[in-house]
Amino acid sequence: MPEKGNPNAPGLVLEARRIGKTFAGKTVLDGLDLELRTGEVHALLGENGSGKSTFIKILSGFHFPDQGGELYVRGEPVKLPMKITDPAELGIGFVHQDLALFEEGTVLESVRVGRYSTGGGWRIPWRTERRHVARALSDFGLDIAPRTPISQLGPIERAMVAIVRALDQLHGREEAVLVLDEPTVYLPTDGVDRLFDAVRDVASRGIGVLFVTHRLEEVQAVTDRVTVLRDGRRVHVGPTAAMTQEQLIQTILGFELNELYPTSHSAAGDTVLTATGVGAEVLDDFSLNLHGGEIVGVTGLVGMGFDEVPYALFGASEFARGTIELGGRGFELESIDPREAVDLGLALLPANRARDGAVPTASAAENMTLVSLDRFFQGGRLRHRQERAEAEALMEEFDVRPRQPRLRFENFSGGNQQKALLAKWLVRKPKALLMHEPTQGVDIGARRDIFAKIRRAADDGAAVLIASAEYEDLANLCDRVLVFRRGKVVGELARTDLTHQRLLDHVLRGGVESPAATQ
Amino acid sequence: MSTSAQTTDDPPKATPPSGSEGRAWLSELAPRLGLVGVWIIVIAVFALLRPDTFFTTQNLQTTLSTQAVPLMVALALIPGLAAGEYDLSVGGVMGLSLVLVGFLNVEQGWALLPAVLVALAAGIAVGAINAFFIVAIGIESLVVTLGMGTLLAGVALGIQSLPVSGVSESLVDVSRTNLFGIQLVFFYGLALVLVLWYVLSHTPLGRYLYFVGEGRNVARLSGIRVDAIRAGSLIAGSTISAAAGVFQAGLIGGADPTIGPTLLLPAFAAAFLGATAIVPGRFNPWGTFIAVYFLATGIVGLQLIGLSGWIEQVFYGAALILAVAASRLASKRDRPAWLSRTARIRPNTPAKGESAA
Repeated sequence: MPEKGNPNAPGLVLEARRIGKTFAGKTVLDGLDLELRTGEVHALLGENGSGKSTFIKILSGFHFPDQGGELYVRGEPVKLPMKITDPAELGIGFVHQDLALFEEGTVLESVRVGRYSTGGGWRIPWRTERRHVARALSDFGLDIAPRTPISQLGPIERAMVAIVRALDQLHGREEAVLVLDEPTVYLPTDGVDRLFDAVRDVASRGIGVLFVTHRLEEVQAVTDRVTVLRDGRRVHVGPTAAMTQEQLIQTILGFELNELYPTSHSAAGDTVLTATGVGAEVLDDFSLNLHGGEIVGVTGLVGMGFDEVPYALFGASEFARGTIELGGRGFELESIDPREAVDLGLALLPANRARDGAVPTASAAENMTLVSLDRFFQGGRLRHRQERAEAEALMEEFDVRPRQPRLRFENFSGGNQQKALLAKWLVRKPKALLMHEPTQGVDIGARRDIFAKIRRAADDGAAVLIASAEYEDLANLCDRVLVFRRGKVVGELARTDLTHQRLLDHVLRGGVESPAATQ
Repeated sequence: MSTSAQTTDDPPKATPPSGSEGRAWLSELAPRLGLVGVWIIVIAVFALLRPDTFFTTQNLQTTLSTQAVPLMVALALIPGLAAGEYDLSVGGVMGLSLVLVGFLNVEQGWALLPAVLVALAAGIAVGAINAFFIVAIGIESLVVTLGMGTLLAGVALGIQSLPVSGVSESLVDVSRTNLFGIQLVFFYGLALVLVLWYVLSHTPLGRYLYFVGEGRNVARLSGIRVDAIRAGSLIAGSTISAAAGVFQAGLIGGADPTIGPTLLLPAFAAAFLGATAIVPGRFNPWGTFIAVYFLATGIVGLQLIGLSGWIEQVFYGAALILAVAASRLASKRDRPAWLSRTARIRPNTPAKGESAA
């Protein structure tokens, strides 16, 4: 039976002082302090963009921190920036969100690759290796043979194998650091207790566990203390037991001005698009009436299926099933493709701009006119001058800088790229605009412009759907927001109910079960 | 390692507008015409070295004429390459078509027109088979067309293992009649450049073709018929190769099963070199035209100063590698950091079909 570590132990296994990180003038970490005690499980909380991941990446040697910060491991100062091999030597192990196991290989290979005990020779002593891994697994209460293929393991077992590997990388060092970077994001909530027992067990061995998560119930179930980040700074540190969930949410959010967002008109018009029984990989039996003039958000934690909605409705997901109705005609999603979706008046702004949104090596004009090119084909040839003039006018209207339609798309900043792509679709006056993380990689100034354009498109009669995990943006921009959990809508917030806090509450805790997702 | 990770996080900086209009104009034109400049230098060097044999009207006429069929085969690659597909069977198709004309017209005594139509139909059929395996089944174009090219070389030998002569005079006349001392076949090649230039640069289809090649997912999510365009580009390429085979039959007044496969590598060298000119970064017909004749100029010049036989393969092989290296380096410049970063953020974005190659 795992026991609680002693939160009052004097030893700090990890101490960060004034860690800063600036990306191109934008401060992401602003003098962060953090203390991790020996034998404690310590939650690191904060919204997307609060600096959590940046800090983790500095710890793993992936990012270089700004000058002036200090880092101590077991009281010893660490030379910054770290090399990518330093964390393992210092005794800092990581379990990342995707677990990074070899899907095709065995448990043994996942745990040991790169550290086989060849003893200077070339041959791997498989028997020794198997014994070693079998002991590590059974120490952990895992009844798995080292030769088991990873693909045969359930999600919880995989996460535990990833922890076994991280511990194995510490070479049995006591007073080490284990960083769990949202390992539960893709896990089913039931059965996760086993994982928590294992985490407590790790801590009881004297290891300090830094646990990054969005799920507050997990924080309360497993951690001793919490550190909350906001805007790259620590805004709270203290025992977990001293905070209620509401207080935690309040602390995570802080208070912010909302002038970033346009005022809502929410004059929902007629139904533009009806989706019935839509499913994809995670998405399951989703139905929705999308009205002209409204902005609907779909959200949840990562991996809950909300991010599949725009692609599924656009006929762009090979897993899509169900039907959509548009302009009085019904379509099976299995047989519809993006071309038909475009013809029907749908528009899709994907999250991955470089892969799905635009061709980086083509010019801005070429990318912006891709879905309206026919208009420039007159008298048997493409009117390039007219095309560029129109692109330049759009760049003016959407404030895309620099206003150089012939410049390669890759030379524009993320915000300007997204404005250009919004222009590309809005010039067609789509009936429904589907978006996935429309402000990802977009600076704050461009975000305001993008929000304003989205609102104006809705005011002009378009139905807008935004799939995003930017809860604050959704709360302020949308007329209503559907919250997903494991592929299903578990809540809907609208009008006065739709606040950042309520939304976060629904996302993190599932909120109140709401049977009516559509109406 | 860490330093590269470091740079991937910096947001890209927008390139500031260039200074004066004149400089911008020049800096835009320089990369487009760089190959032409090098070509002129090469011509000047050989003209100085061999004024009597190299720098003559007759040499010009001969070079333009003899490179017309290689030009067509190189052009046959352009639609496929623009759409992101390699076609290593263009030489094989050209050879098959050549042999079919010889076999049907000479040995079987068919009239010329049906023989030519069968040769062209064979080209279309091969393109369709390639497209089936590449687009419908989803096999790499490199693999499918490598196999197909080899297969067709064998088929050509099976149909006719030895050269024959005596195709209809009308085909010979159509190909070989001189205009300004240049064989007509050159003008067909030129016409093909014009047609491809029109389609690729002056119709929406051409733009779609480039987007399919450069960003398959982008094209698909913008409602472009990606699969139809990929298949069409392969079929168009095979058809052009087959036409090149027909003209070759006219030029040599017969057929030879060994010619086709030898044209493959020079065609690739020219297509890739051509992608560094006129529209840098894109496979384009005028660039290909210039590249074919630039390479031919080099070969002819080197042969006239006494290097013979081996030089051709060395030259074409080196040109292919250098051309690809040049275009890679050109496209890496200005490569923004967020390319790699955004690709990492959402690995599980749903996507139908394969991701962008």
